[in-house]
Amino acid sequence: MTCTEFLAMLDDMIDNTVSREMRSDLQEHLRGCEHCEVTLNTTRKTIEIYRSHEIYEMPTNLRDRLHKAIMERCKKGC
Amino acid sequence: MATIQSVANEPEQHPDVALVERVKTGDISAYDELVRKYERQIFRIAQHITQNREDAEDVMQDAFLKAYEKLDQFQGNSKFYTWLVRIAVNESLMRLRKRRTGKMVSIDEDIETDEGSVPRDLADWAPDPEQNYTQAELAEILRKTIQGLPPGFRVVFVLRDVDGLSTEETAESLGLSVPAVKSRLLRARLQLRERLARYFKRKKVAREKGVKSDVH
Repeated sequence: MTCTEFLAMLDDMIDNTVSREMRSDLQEHLRGCEHCEVTLNTTRKTIEIYRSHEIYEMPTNLRDRLHKAIMERCKKGC
Repeated sequence: MATIQSVANEPEQHPDVALVERVKTGDISAYDELVRKYERQIFRIAQHITQNREDAEDVMQDAFLKAYEKLDQFQGNSKFYTWLVRIAVNESLMRLRKRRTGKMVSIDEDIETDEGSVPRDLADWAPDPEQNYTQAELAEILRKTIQGLPPGFRVVFVLRDVDGLSTEETAESLGLSVPAVKSRLLRARLQLRERLARYFKRKKVAREKGVKSDVH
């Protein structure tokens, strides 16, 4: 397996949607390729870091104000 | 009793279906629940697309109001949330077009970029790279980094990886094909990885200062 072939399967590897045979081929490639191992690990970390940090936090007062505005307009039939 | 049994026999039914049905019969408190459940996600998606706080506030309100008005058209073939996201994405794009008058804004245009398709920065990251930054600094880094991506990449990444929608649901929400979502997701992940590497890789050279201004 080449690095290009590995990269084409990167998302499936991360999302765990590869067959057992394919996974074993990918892992075989990883054992001999530090670059692809770094790419896989840091891509996983990228996803994890975005998932665990809310970058557009909605302050409670804003949330309450918008929620109230929506519901008031819905009650009036929009 | 018969009603309870018939509900119990449908374990596949998403809890939103019952809420939507209640709204359709005039129970506004059920809509209150739906708004409360999804307002933060809708606000986040709107922020990611419009990159403007006021627009995101307007989009959030308009999306929920439009969904309420059009609820009769919701057939239940998809999840309520997927349907709602589609409305919010369209509202966000409309806002974006208003701000960038004359410039076409679309998420389904083909994005010609090779950036990130071949990883270049192959240095490993520190074990907990985010610990080198305060929460506020980290949030700023993450915001700046994702803002540098084309809107069509940003939104696919947010729906799939942050919101946790499936590839099919993401495709449905955005009116894209499944292969288009897959291709964008891979490129979005790799581009973000490449850009974050500037901050998070192991520092081999101590003179790497001023990297913060490096991201655009």
